[in-house]
Amino acid sequence: MNVENGVHDAHYFVPAPSKWPLVGSISLFCLALGAAFWMNSVAAGPYILALGFAILLWMLFGWFGDVIRESVHGDYGKQVDYSFRWGMSWFIFSEVMFFSAFFGALFYMRVLSVPELGFGVGYHAETHGLLWPMFNEAWPMASGPKVDAYEAMSAWGIPAINTALLLTSGATLTWAHWGLIENKRGKLKLGLAATVLLGAIFLCLQAYEYHHAWGELGLKLSSGAYGATFYMLTGFHGMHVLVGAIMLTTMLVRVLRGHFDQHHHFGFEAAAWYWHFVDVVWLILFVFVYCV
Amino acid sequence: MSTTANPTIDLGAGHHDHAHDHDHDHHTLTGWRRWVYATNHKDIGTLYLWFSFAMFITGGLMALGIRAELFTPGLQFWQPEFFNQLTTLHGVIMVFGAIMPAFTGLANWMLPLMLGAPDMAFARMNNWSFWLLPPAALLLIISLFVPGGAAAGGWTLYPPLSLQFGMGMDLAIFAIHLLGISSIMGSINIITTILNMRAPGMTLMKMPMFAWTALITNYLLVAVAPVLAGAVTMLLTDRHFGTHFFKAVGGGDPVLFQHIFWFFGHPEVYIMALPAFGVVSQIIPTFARKPLFGYHSMVYATASIAILSFMVWAHHMFSVGMPATAQLFFMFMTMLIAVPTGVKVFNWIATMWQGSMSFETPMLFAVGFVCLFTVGGFSGLVLSIAPVDTQMHDTYYVVAHFHYVLVAGALFSLFGAVYYWLPKWTGNMYSERAGKFHFWWSMVWFNVTFFPMHFLGLAGMPRRIPDYPLQFTDFNAIASVGAFCFGLGQLFFLYNVIHTIRGGVGKAPANPWDSPTLEWEVPSPAPHHTWETPPDEALVKKGLAAQALE
Repeated sequence: MNVENGVHDAHYFVPAPSKWPLVGSISLFCLALGAAFWMNSVAAGPYILALGFAILLWMLFGWFGDVIRESVHGDYGKQVDYSFRWGMSWFIFSEVMFFSAFFGALFYMRVLSVPELGFGVGYHAETHGLLWPMFNEAWPMASGPKVDAYEAMSAWGIPAINTALLLTSGATLTWAHWGLIENKRGKLKLGLAATVLLGAIFLCLQAYEYHHAWGELGLKLSSGAYGATFYMLTGFHGMHVLVGAIMLTTMLVRVLRGHFDQHHHFGFEAAAWYWHFVDVVWLILFVFVYCV
Repeated sequence: MSTTANPTIDLGAGHHDHAHDHDHDHHTLTGWRRWVYATNHKDIGTLYLWFSFAMFITGGLMALGIRAELFTPGLQFWQPEFFNQLTTLHGVIMVFGAIMPAFTGLANWMLPLMLGAPDMAFARMNNWSFWLLPPAALLLIISLFVPGGAAAGGWTLYPPLSLQFGMGMDLAIFAIHLLGISSIMGSINIITTILNMRAPGMTLMKMPMFAWTALITNYLLVAVAPVLAGAVTMLLTDRHFGTHFFKAVGGGDPVLFQHIFWFFGHPEVYIMALPAFGVVSQIIPTFARKPLFGYHSMVYATASIAILSFMVWAHHMFSVGMPATAQLFFMFMTMLIAVPTGVKVFNWIATMWQGSMSFETPMLFAVGFVCLFTVGGFSGLVLSIAPVDTQMHDTYYVVAHFHYVLVAGALFSLFGAVYYWLPKWTGNMYSERAGKFHFWWSMVWFNVTFFPMHFLGLAGMPRRIPDYPLQFTDFNAIASVGAFCFGLGQLFFLYNVIHTIRGGVGKAPANPWDSPTLEWEVPSPAPHHTWETPPDEALVKKGLAAQALE
């Protein structure tokens, strides 16, 4: 523990009163209310939702702008740096747990509920026999008794390419980090730009894959246990790639403006940690959603 | 700033404000801006505590609506649909709106003071954690007025019922999302504050038990709040986007929701109980005038409870259909939790043993907590037995059990905490007579309300029903009378607090209880800014020595 080793800032930086938390709360309230209205066909829904997004963007620019200004101004001491490291680590832990819920659902349906409905395991034989005797389970091609026919997504097309892209992006990002540590700004810029580019290509391919799956394979959110877990896991992962790519783009802009040096670049590192986390989630996803 | 030779000067803000005027002028706003733009942990703690009290009254009024309906058999006041909305919102509001924010508020107020930190680690995010709560509460209140009314499937939101409601359920889902974001940010903040902001000399194994329980509680929260968010997101997509997570027609299973929900839900139980243990572990040594007995075993017991809490969730689902091996596993794991909990109760009693005890209001609530929480723990042990639970599942026995641990447990510890720290917060003493009256009034009527529910449950009365057979009348009538009297007593609590804030009883000294923890080293009321430079190590060690930790 760093504080036990005597790392105490003489004056731990406590920010001045700020309007951004309140703005963020108003934004999330609008997003929640707007989404609930929209889903229930209340006419105002989309507008409230759009307003929420607009306020959210304003808040993100304002709040992170403040943080960057404080950082550049040198307000953050060693102890604040440790706080950021702890904070980011626990945030990523919470993200791991969020994905765990969906992976848990996948494993549960794959191992328990779909087989029980499909051919009646143990004392669930009656479930199969009485409810859906005609349902023959075949993951991933038939994952629910009353589901329109669909085709599953093959692992060895776009998904395999995407795996290679994300793994490469992890390497380019580390290469950029080395550049930062060695104070080679060109290497840093090049590596970071390559990473963002690879992330963007990943997202484009993912969008194409969805188009292909939805339109040509008939694979939809409603396509049984497989369709639900496929779209929710890859969808939430894709959203995280998008967020990670935005974070890295922000870092690229900051690098181009001359921010960060060899010793002070936690903003960069946090984005990198996040990117590697998203990378690892993809690997697990590739194995359990696409391959197995 | 160099460490002053005389630690008694190096205490509050008065000294530092002169030295750093330029730094902190902008830190104090007046009027409404002070509260909505706050970055001060004391202001935000105060916001949390008042918000949770408002929610406590709101959820309490809903409980009284339930008890009024159940006073006699037949339908008196509400249609069953609205009765179900009352039970659902009562649960959601009390859990997420009252108990959890109250403990977060306490952590906000007290952790920086107890650990010798200038503020929470992330002071600005701290305010966002709080200000997400009122919008979430607003969504829940709005949901009462949309077509179809509020969510009415119980706070557990089980499908398939929760897939069938109207917009009220969506608003509840989004409210839970906001509450979850608030919880995650709040818990990351508390964990980081504890890990990174302690005073020199205060190693992990020397910090106050309240800090330990806050650390472990918020570890649990950051682990399971995202899981709940995942569960309600799946509900949402099942409701509106055609997924089949909880629908057997598409290969899903309603029981899957129960598994995910209770993977969150059981640690959640300890999220509401562990900080109560921490509060009581601060109060009892103070009024027994002895160091906490078995500090290390307290820490390990808290950690054991937290780890075990991830492995017991299916004891909420014994009657749903599960292989016998799974039932046995979850039954034994649940029983195992009684061991570290027993260690804690033993340690509290051993702390009091041969102590020089006095019974001011905080101590009364703490001792009341130990007695009644133990009752709730024992009824929990009864419920953990799978074949017994098959009979008791979803009966009033369960209702009695969890109100013993949540009202006489979590809530009583919160009352104790408020009386214990009010002198530090307000600079004024409360009325001891009034406090004691509040305690005894609450103690009596709590038991009148909830003890008969054990009998109702054993006799087979199901929970969440607006009407019941005649043979349950007497105990229900008693419980309803008790509930209204208990509720009335809480208005007296509000009066007590306001009376104290206004200084009706007189000024409080810096350390009215002669307690050795760091929060008592700053003046009363605690200045707006405290410990802007870390406290002197000698001062920290003096307190630790008095707690037998040095």
